[in-house]
Amino acid sequence: MSEKLFLITDEVISIQEVVDKVVHPNAGAINTFIGTVRELTKGKKTIYLKYDAYVSMAEKKLAQIGDEIQERWPNALVAITHRIGRLDITDIAVVIAVSTPHRADSYDASRYAIERIKEIVPIWKKEHWEDGEEWMGDQLEKTPYPTGKPEEEHL
Amino acid sequence: MIKVLFFAELEEIVGTREFTIDQTEMTALEVKEFLKKQFPTLPVDRAMMAVNEEYVEETDVVKANDIVAFIPPVSGG
Repeated sequence: MSEKLFLITDEVISIQEVVDKVVHPNAGAINTFIGTVRELTKGKKTIYLKYDAYVSMAEKKLAQIGDEIQERWPNALVAITHRIGRLDITDIAVVIAVSTPHRADSYDASRYAIERIKEIVPIWKKEHWEDGEEWMGDQLEKTPYPTGKPEEEHL
Repeated sequence: MIKVLFFAELEEIVGTREFTIDQTEMTALEVKEFLKKQFPTLPVDRAMMAVNEEYVEETDVVKANDIVAFIPPVSGG
Protein backbone atom coordinates (compact mmCIF):
# COMPACT_ATOMS: atom_id res chain seq x y z
CA MET A 1 0.00 0.00 0.00
CA SER A 2 0.93 3.64 -0.30
CA GLU A 3 2.95 5.68 2.17
CA LYS A 4 0.34 8.43 1.90
CA LEU A 5 -1.26 9.44 5.18
CA PHE A 6 -4.56 10.15 3.42
CA LEU A 7 -5.42 7.58 0.81
CA ILE A 8 -8.26 6.38 -1.38
CA THR A 9 -7.58 2.86 -2.62
CA ASP A 10 -9.36 0.12 -4.51
CA GLU A 11 -7.40 -2.55 -2.65
CA VAL A 12 -8.08 -4.39 0.60
CA ILE A 13 -7.00 -2.14 3.50
CA SER A 14 -4.28 -3.38 5.82
CA ILE A 15 -5.17 -2.11 9.29
CA GLN A 16 -1.58 -2.51 10.40
CA GLU A 17 -0.26 -0.38 7.56
CA VAL A 18 -2.53 2.50 8.53
CA VAL A 19 -1.58 2.16 12.21
CA ASP A 20 2.14 2.07 11.38
CA LYS A 21 1.87 5.53 9.78
CA VAL A 22 1.03 7.17 13.13
CA VAL A 23 3.52 5.35 15.36
CA HIS A 24 5.64 7.93 17.18
CA PRO A 25 7.87 8.00 20.27
CA ASN A 26 5.75 10.78 21.80
CA ALA A 27 2.51 8.84 21.41
CA GLY A 28 1.02 7.14 24.43
CA ALA A 29 -2.08 6.01 22.58
CA ILE A 30 -3.08 4.90 19.10
CA ASN A 31 -6.79 4.78 18.46
CA THR A 32 -8.15 2.98 15.41
CA PHE A 33 -11.58 3.23 13.90
CA ILE A 34 -12.53 0.51 11.44
CA GLY A 35 -15.67 1.00 9.40
CA THR A 36 -17.13 -2.23 8.01
CA VAL A 37 -19.95 -3.19 5.66
CA ARG A 38 -23.11 -4.05 7.57
CA GLU A 39 -25.65 -6.53 6.29
CA LEU A 40 -28.86 -5.17 7.83
CA THR A 41 -29.91 -1.53 7.75
CA LYS A 42 -33.42 -0.71 8.98
CA GLY A 43 -34.47 -4.26 8.21
CA LYS A 44 -33.14 -4.18 4.64
CA LYS A 45 -30.58 -6.76 3.67
CA THR A 46 -27.52 -5.47 1.85
CA ILE A 47 -26.01 -7.89 -0.67
CA TYR A 48 -22.94 -5.76 -1.38
CA LEU A 49 -21.91 -2.12 -1.59
CA LYS A 50 -20.12 -0.09 -4.18
CA TYR A 51 -18.14 2.96 -3.14
CA ASP A 52 -17.07 5.66 -5.53
CA ALA A 53 -15.07 8.82 -4.91
CA TYR A 54 -13.76 11.97 -6.47
CA VAL A 55 -10.38 10.55 -5.61
CA SER A 56 -8.10 13.59 -5.85
CA MET A 57 -10.48 15.84 -3.94
CA ALA A 58 -11.32 13.12 -1.42
CA GLU A 59 -7.64 12.70 -0.52
CA LYS A 60 -7.35 16.47 -0.21
CA LYS A 61 -10.37 16.64 2.10
CA LEU A 62 -9.07 13.76 4.22
CA ALA A 63 -5.84 15.75 4.59
CA GLN A 64 -7.91 18.77 5.61
CA ILE A 65 -9.49 16.66 8.36
CA GLY A 66 -5.98 15.76 9.48
CA ASP A 67 -5.11 19.47 9.62
CA GLU A 68 -8.26 20.25 11.59
CA ILE A 69 -7.39 17.53 14.09
CA GLN A 70 -3.87 18.89 14.53
CA GLU A 71 -5.31 22.36 15.21
CA ARG A 72 -7.55 20.96 17.94
CA TRP A 73 -5.18 18.31 19.29
CA PRO A 74 -1.73 19.69 18.44
CA ASN A 75 0.30 16.54 19.05
CA ALA A 76 -1.98 14.19 17.13
CA LEU A 77 -0.82 12.18 14.12
CA VAL A 78 -3.53 11.04 11.73
CA ALA A 79 -3.74 8.51 8.88
CA ILE A 80 -6.91 7.61 7.00
CA THR A 81 -7.42 5.06 4.21
CA HIS A 82 -10.80 4.62 2.53
CA ARG A 83 -11.53 1.84 0.07
CA ILE A 84 -13.63 2.20 -3.08
CA GLY A 85 -15.08 -0.32 -5.50
CA ARG A 86 -17.20 -3.34 -4.63
CA LEU A 87 -17.23 -4.31 -0.96
CA ASP A 88 -18.96 -7.34 0.50
CA ILE A 89 -20.53 -7.78 3.94
CA THR A 90 -17.89 -7.44 6.73
CA ASP A 91 -15.30 -5.90 4.38
CA ILE A 92 -13.39 -2.91 5.73
CA ALA A 93 -14.38 0.36 4.07
CA VAL A 94 -12.33 2.80 6.12
CA VAL A 95 -9.51 2.73 8.65
CA ILE A 96 -8.65 5.77 10.75
CA ALA A 97 -5.60 5.76 13.00
CA VAL A 98 -4.85 8.58 15.42
CA SER A 99 -1.92 8.71 17.81
CA THR A 100 -1.71 11.21 20.66
CA PRO A 101 0.43 11.56 23.76
CA HIS A 102 -2.56 10.80 26.04
CA ARG A 103 -5.47 8.43 25.44
CA ALA A 104 -8.46 10.77 25.81
CA ASP A 105 -7.43 12.90 22.84
CA SER A 106 -7.02 9.87 20.61
CA TYR A 107 -10.64 8.85 21.19
CA ASP A 108 -11.93 12.37 20.60
CA ALA A 109 -9.87 12.94 17.46
CA SER A 110 -10.81 9.56 15.98
CA ARG A 111 -14.52 10.29 16.46
CA TYR A 112 -14.03 13.75 14.98
CA ALA A 113 -12.41 12.23 11.88
CA ILE A 114 -15.22 9.82 11.02
CA GLU A 115 -17.92 12.44 11.58
CA ARG A 116 -16.10 14.89 9.30
CA ILE A 117 -15.67 12.22 6.62
CA LYS A 118 -19.45 11.95 6.54
CA GLU A 119 -19.75 15.71 6.08
CA ILE A 120 -17.14 16.88 3.60
CA VAL A 121 -15.30 14.04 1.86
CA PRO A 122 -16.59 13.27 -1.68
CA ILE A 123 -17.11 9.53 -1.30
CA TRP A 124 -20.41 7.85 -2.15
CA LYS A 125 -21.87 4.52 -1.20
CA LYS A 126 -24.25 2.62 -3.44
CA GLU A 127 -26.37 0.03 -1.66
CA HIS A 128 -27.24 -3.13 -3.54
CA TRP A 129 -30.20 -4.92 -1.97
CA GLU A 130 -32.06 -8.02 -3.05
CA ASP A 131 -34.73 -5.82 -4.60
CA GLY A 132 -32.83 -2.87 -5.97
CA GLU A 133 -29.95 -0.44 -5.64
CA GLU A 134 -29.51 3.17 -4.64
CA TRP A 135 -26.82 5.76 -4.09
CA MET A 136 -26.99 6.70 -0.42
CA GLY A 137 -26.85 10.28 0.70
CA ASP A 138 -29.39 11.26 -1.90
CA GLN A 139 -32.19 10.04 0.29
CA LEU A 140 -33.50 12.69 2.62
CA GLU A 141 -33.34 10.36 5.59
CA LYS A 142 -29.70 9.71 4.90
CA THR A 143 -28.43 13.09 3.88
CA PRO A 144 -26.08 14.57 6.42
CA TYR A 145 -27.23 18.05 5.44
CA PRO A 146 -30.65 19.17 6.65
CA THR A 147 -30.61 21.96 4.07
CA GLY A 148 -29.38 19.68 1.29
CA LYS A 149 -25.82 20.89 1.66
CA PRO A 150 -23.44 21.65 4.49
CA GLU A 151 -23.49 25.10 6.00
CA GLU A 152 -20.67 27.25 4.69
CA GLU A 153 -18.79 27.35 7.98
CA HIS A 154 -18.53 23.55 7.93
CA LEU A 155 -16.49 23.45 4.74
CA MET B 1 -13.96 25.29 -22.12
CA ILE B 2 -15.13 24.58 -18.61
CA LYS B 3 -14.92 20.96 -17.51
CA VAL B 4 -17.75 19.56 -15.38
CA LEU B 5 -17.64 16.34 -13.35
CA PHE B 6 -20.66 14.35 -12.20
CA PHE B 7 -20.59 11.66 -9.55
CA ALA B 8 -22.82 8.96 -8.08
CA GLU B 9 -26.50 9.48 -8.89
CA LEU B 10 -25.75 12.53 -11.05
CA GLU B 11 -23.31 10.55 -13.17
CA GLU B 12 -25.91 7.85 -13.72
CA ILE B 13 -28.56 10.35 -14.79
CA VAL B 14 -26.27 12.17 -17.22
CA GLY B 15 -24.71 8.94 -18.42
CA THR B 16 -21.17 10.26 -18.27
CA ARG B 17 -18.77 11.53 -15.63
CA GLU B 18 -17.27 14.33 -17.70
CA PHE B 19 -19.02 17.10 -19.56
CA THR B 20 -17.71 20.31 -21.10
CA ILE B 21 -19.28 23.73 -21.41
CA ASP B 22 -18.04 25.92 -24.22
CA GLN B 23 -17.66 29.09 -22.16
CA THR B 24 -14.72 31.04 -20.81
CA GLU B 25 -16.26 32.56 -17.69
CA MET B 26 -19.44 31.91 -15.70
CA THR B 27 -20.54 32.10 -12.10
CA ALA B 28 -21.12 28.79 -10.35
CA LEU B 29 -24.82 29.62 -10.38
CA GLU B 30 -24.74 30.12 -14.16
CA VAL B 31 -23.06 26.73 -14.56
CA LYS B 32 -25.84 25.21 -12.50
CA GLU B 33 -28.58 26.94 -14.50
CA PHE B 34 -26.95 25.89 -17.79
CA LEU B 35 -26.92 22.26 -16.66
CA LYS B 36 -30.54 22.42 -15.54
CA LYS B 37 -31.48 23.40 -19.09
CA GLN B 38 -29.34 20.61 -20.54
CA PHE B 39 -30.54 17.97 -18.08
CA PRO B 40 -33.97 18.93 -16.70
CA THR B 41 -34.18 15.91 -14.39
CA LEU B 42 -30.75 16.43 -12.84
CA PRO B 43 -31.00 17.28 -9.11
CA VAL B 44 -28.10 19.73 -9.13
CA ASP B 45 -29.73 21.82 -6.42
CA ARG B 46 -29.12 18.99 -3.98
CA ALA B 47 -25.42 18.91 -4.78
CA MET B 48 -22.56 20.99 -3.52
CA MET B 49 -20.25 22.52 -6.09
CA ALA B 50 -16.49 22.36 -6.06
CA VAL B 51 -14.12 24.20 -8.35
CA ASN B 52 -10.63 22.75 -8.68
CA GLU B 53 -11.34 20.49 -5.70
CA GLU B 54 -12.51 23.18 -3.26
CA TYR B 55 -16.12 23.83 -2.30
CA VAL B 56 -17.50 27.09 -3.69
CA GLU B 57 -20.50 29.35 -3.33
CA GLU B 58 -22.87 30.09 -6.21
CA THR B 59 -21.44 33.58 -6.61
CA ASP B 60 -17.91 32.31 -7.23
CA VAL B 61 -16.54 32.67 -10.74
CA VAL B 62 -15.52 29.72 -12.90
CA LYS B 63 -13.03 30.27 -15.72
CA ALA B 64 -11.85 28.33 -18.75
CA ASN B 65 -9.88 25.19 -17.84
CA ASP B 66 -11.35 25.11 -14.35
CA ILE B 67 -12.85 21.81 -13.23
CA VAL B 68 -16.31 22.11 -11.71
CA ALA B 69 -17.56 19.12 -9.76
CA PHE B 70 -21.09 18.47 -8.56
CA ILE B 71 -20.91 16.70 -5.23
CA PRO B 72 -24.16 15.03 -4.19
CA PRO B 73 -24.61 14.43 -0.46
CA VAL B 74 -21.69 12.26 0.56
CA SER B 75 -21.93 8.84 2.19
CA GLY B 76 -18.42 7.65 2.92
CA GLY B 77 -17.27 5.86 6.04
